[in-house]
Amino acid sequence: MKIQAKNIDFYYGDFHALKGIDMEIAQNTVTAFIGPSGCGKSTFLRLFNRMNDLIADTHLTGECLIDGKNIYQKSVDVDTLRKEVGMVFQKPNPFPKTIFENVAYGLRVNDMGNRTFIEQRVEESLKAAALWDEVKDKLKKSAFELSGGQQQRLCIARALAVSPSILLMDEPASALDPISTSKIEELIYVLKEKYTIVIVTHNMQQAARVSDKTGFFMLGELVEFDDTKKIFLNPEKEQTQNYITGRFG
Amino acid sequence: MNRRIKQRIFFTLFRILGALILGILLWILGFIIYHGAGVISWEFLTAAPEEGMSAGGIFPAIVGTLCLVVGSMAFATPFGIMSAIYMNEYAGNGWIVKFIRVMTNNLSGIPSIVFGLFGMSLFVNTLHFGDSIIAGSLTLGLLILPLIIRTTEEALKAIPDSYRTGSYALGASKLQTIRRVVLPMAFPNIITGLILSIGRVSGETAPILFTVAAYFLPKLPSGIFDQVMALPYHLYVIATSGTDVEASRPIAYGTALVLIAIVLIMNLLATALRRYFGGKVKTN
Ligand SMILES: Nc1ncnc2c1ncn2[C@@H]1O[C@H](COP(=O)(O)OP(=O)(O)OP(=O)(O)O)[C@@H](O)[C@H]1O
Ligand SMILES: [Mg+2]
Repeated sequence: MKIQAKNIDFYYGDFHALKGIDMEIAQNTVTAFIGPSGCGKSTFLRLFNRMNDLIADTHLTGECLIDGKNIYQKSVDVDTLRKEVGMVFQKPNPFPKTIFENVAYGLRVNDMGNRTFIEQRVEESLKAAALWDEVKDKLKKSAFELSGGQQQRLCIARALAVSPSILLMDEPASALDPISTSKIEELIYVLKEKYTIVIVTHNMQQAARVSDKTGFFMLGELVEFDDTKKIFLNPEKEQTQNYITGRFG
Repeated sequence: MNRRIKQRIFFTLFRILGALILGILLWILGFIIYHGAGVISWEFLTAAPEEGMSAGGIFPAIVGTLCLVVGSMAFATPFGIMSAIYMNEYAGNGWIVKFIRVMTNNLSGIPSIVFGLFGMSLFVNTLHFGDSIIAGSLTLGLLILPLIIRTTEEALKAIPDSYRTGSYALGASKLQTIRRVVLPMAFPNIITGLILSIGRVSGETAPILFTVAAYFLPKLPSGIFDQVMALPYHLYVIATSGTDVEASRPIAYGTALVLIAIVLIMNLLATALRRYFGGKVKTN
């Protein structure tokens, strides 16, 4: 198993945000998290690259293993972990730098390779993010000159550049138009070959289209976690059924 | 209807007030140019004062003020910016930081003459710097430190956290994130704070009174332990206690004009810098 979460409880101050969650995620699969707003999907996702560490006054119990290793152990270097576990955010957040420098950023801060290597890696990553053809003639232009959808793919390229094995995506298409959204979805389908992908989404069709496994969260609990087909066609729990048919949430 | 009229009245009021302020500014500027422009000449800018400061130039005072600006900024800029980075990026929001912040704000409320006395006691006497550029610069530096810290902190606060998290998510350390993402983005606003400080430093009289300013010293300093003349103090001297106050009036206005011009030129320079870097880091 690529990722294993064992009996995770997470608190923001006194607020109990995740309650006793267990989950196993296999390598080279796409896992979707769905559930009503505020149920803890993002919180759970952020555990895997320890982004929750940045929030003051939080507390975690339980174990979170990646490749069999507890990532919350003292000996783990968080910066290295985050290189291994890439993340794409809801709102595209390219740096105020050139397109090239955005993708090169992770390579530079992690001291990866010389100039030729970086140039080559930037090109590969932009190609992997299906953005190369659109930007190859303006790599020296500011990233802000790109459209929202292009910016998001740039952020994906940026994450891929440092060669992670896991890609976390928190509603990566929620701020995008339908065409950009379907581009991102196609991309996820391709990236699955090389990466283990976890995606949070509010779009049921999207979860059904892109994912192999789906987890349904509610009020900090993982209500149901199973093959996506099963979740959408024949869920075990009534709550899941109600949510995906749109009876609440 | 009623609301519209109210809005009109208020807008007109604001417009009048705005025009008034602009008017006053232009008036002051015009007044000084009118009285001072006459004495401005190459000689005035490059010669030392003569005949009890009722003739000659103000070159030593110009050089002195420039020395003090450079000296105080060289001291206060790194300290101020680093303190602000520490407070905003590292220290979290505990009571210590809150306390420091309150103290910093209080510090900026202390009258500048008090800084002058403090500077004299610490730098001139205790540390035996004597009346010197270094003592004056450090005193002025202390005076503007709160301003630099505050404006830098505001500049850092204005950077959305999404850029920081984006950087961390790529495996960047905190220091790398600050150096490569946060500071370049905050730079234009930090520069604005520095501009304000330069203006303040070049115009202050009280802090240099007991720490560096020479009443009459028609030669240039040869090191940081020398005394210098400075424009604001020179202005004060020739306007109040020269040998012939009436005869040196035009020189006083000329000095004021030069002082304003220096501040203005530095502002323009800094604004150009701000533009240059601002263009590079435009945000969404
Ligand atoms: N930084 C924080 N400080 C305190 N409470 C938080 C913080 N972030 C999230 N929470 C709380 O934790 C709970 C879970 O939040 P989370 O962001 O994980 O939900 P979510 O499922 O991602 O919701 P959404 O679909 O709206 O993004 C919410 O009740 C939220 O109010
Ligand atoms: Mg969320």
